[in-house]
Amino acid sequence: MPSDRKANLRWSNWNLLLLVPLLMLITPWFNKDMPRLFGMPFFYWYQFAWVPVGVLCVLLVYVKTKDTPTTKGPDKLGVDELDEGAN
Amino acid sequence: MQWTELVVFSILFLLVTVMGFIAARWQKGETLAHLDEWGLGGRKFGSWITWFLVGGDLYTAYTFVAVPALVFGAGATGFFALPYTVILYPIVFLPLVRLWSVARVHGYVTPADFVKGRYGSHWLALIIAITGIFATMPYIALQLVGLEAVLRSMGLNGSGILGHLPLFIAFVILALYTYQSGLRAPALIAFVKDILIYLVILVAIVYLPTKFGGWSEVFNDAQAKFDATPAKGDGILLNANNQLQYATLALGSALALFLYPHSLTGILASRGRNVIKRNMVALPAYSLVLGLLALLGYVAISAGTKPIVNQATGRADTNTIVPELFGHNFPSWFAGIAFAAIGIGALVPAAIMSIAAANLWTRNVYKEYIRKHATPAEEAQQAKIASLVVKFGAVAFIVFIDPQFSIDLQLIGGVIILQTLPAVAIALYTRWFHVWGLISGWVAGLGYGMYLLYQIPSADGKRPHFGGSALALDKLSLFGWHPFAGSTLQIYVGVVAIAVNLIVAAIVTVIARRAKVFNGTDQTDPSDYHVDEDSDRIKPVAAH
Repeated sequence: MPSDRKANLRWSNWNLLLLVPLLMLITPWFNKDMPRLFGMPFFYWYQFAWVPVGVLCVLLVYVKTKDTPTTKGPDKLGVDELDEGAN
Repeated sequence: MQWTELVVFSILFLLVTVMGFIAARWQKGETLAHLDEWGLGGRKFGSWITWFLVGGDLYTAYTFVAVPALVFGAGATGFFALPYTVILYPIVFLPLVRLWSVARVHGYVTPADFVKGRYGSHWLALIIAITGIFATMPYIALQLVGLEAVLRSMGLNGSGILGHLPLFIAFVILALYTYQSGLRAPALIAFVKDILIYLVILVAIVYLPTKFGGWSEVFNDAQAKFDATPAKGDGILLNANNQLQYATLALGSALALFLYPHSLTGILASRGRNVIKRNMVALPAYSLVLGLLALLGYVAISAGTKPIVNQATGRADTNTIVPELFGHNFPSWFAGIAFAAIGIGALVPAAIMSIAAANLWTRNVYKEYIRKHATPAEEAQQAKIASLVVKFGAVAFIVFIDPQFSIDLQLIGGVIILQTLPAVAIALYTRWFHVWGLISGWVAGLGYGMYLLYQIPSADGKRPHFGGSALALDKLSLFGWHPFAGSTLQIYVGVVAIAVNLIVAAIVTVIARRAKVFNGTDQTDPSDYHVDEDSDRIKPVAAH
């Protein structure tokens, strides 16, 4: 299993940022009317505010993982070896 | 009949028609007689074209009329479209670039092609392809619902079969230029569509609320309306019962969207990994627009907009809310532009969806089972004809069967396309799931999802089955056992079905592995998933 993970996945801790927007699914945090902004209940402007947060998370991951080199040649490991770690 | 609107609409419609036909010559490759060219536009779209194409594809005319209509009718629950499209891009960011790379190395045109390469099983690929076609068909039909809402608002609201004539003409034109130009047609038209949409929404969102006393007034009017109705689920905020439904619907929809074949078509047509990544950053601009548009449902309440009665079905059609709001509150010439934006907004996704369905049919049914040795030119020809069949099938759906049927089917479509998640998305990372596990999981998830949807009555209580996707936990049962008996909490059916799917897939996988059942041959290599456009390993476009 460890050998194939190396070949198969290119992990960066920056990728964890992609989980941050999921926090906006916690509805009890924002299911309220007050405070309003420009007459808009909290429920609405709070969720609008998540749009730039989502963009920022994806942008950071894109910029920070850009320099990871892409694999050029085929791997040396055989297909069967890479395939299933279990059993 | 509203002549000014009709004239402006017709001029813009004519413009995109001309563009649709000349698109065949735009960035032309060696030949159009290959699926890489006809079905994927030469696999060379850059960041801008991809942004317009995918944006034009995901944010459809139906979305633009249905989401505000939902907010108009039920309030906060309709706003799920915003969180849905915010969490969408972070979720799909990494898997999509992997899919692009592996598809580019092996020349895959459809998600089912990938599944076949990954598992070496044409049966698994077949069920993925059929699921994709079945989920896409009602979606195309719904674009017609969006287009027809606009046409009827302009006064083309005839009864009977003749009442559908304008829709039919629009679709014949669309079918012809898609047949000729393939994916290049919607790609070019998407520029016009999206620019018009942005223009209209920005004007609407600044101008309309001020006209009705500002946002504060608009929300208060909405609350007053919902307070007056007997229905419990509506309101400008969520209630105790529908919060779980709101979150799971957003999550389930986000997981499902890029499993739809038409969404992947736009991704596979792009030039490289960075094009996709940049788009994942830039596409939320459309989410902002969609969120603002949803709020127009409230503006329509303040404006006292009434849905018009569809002369063909004899019922009030809430999907006409936004067209009616525009029609009564904008000067006629601008209303014409707004109608054109929605109308053209129906054509772009309808074209891409029919191409995606045609690609699936050609690659995973026709070439697999009917004509194994079809040449690339024969494949392209077959796909062109299939795209015509798919479109006219969609028109027949709307004309001869109640449009409500398409809406129900699309609801089901979202649940069933989600069942391809393990075979398509998870398989991008691991082959741990056994091919028989995937097939059993698909059957179980699909069956259980259908069973649950069948039990849901519509909110107005008029129809006993397939009335929505929000399931009260009370009704959740497993062989007669009700784990959450008495609970009124609601949850999105798709999420329950995919959970069942994954559990069954895992159990069957463990059994199949113990029994050492053959798990197919993997054609792909781990390094395939990282290949980029500058690599010498990518398959030349439009080669055999």
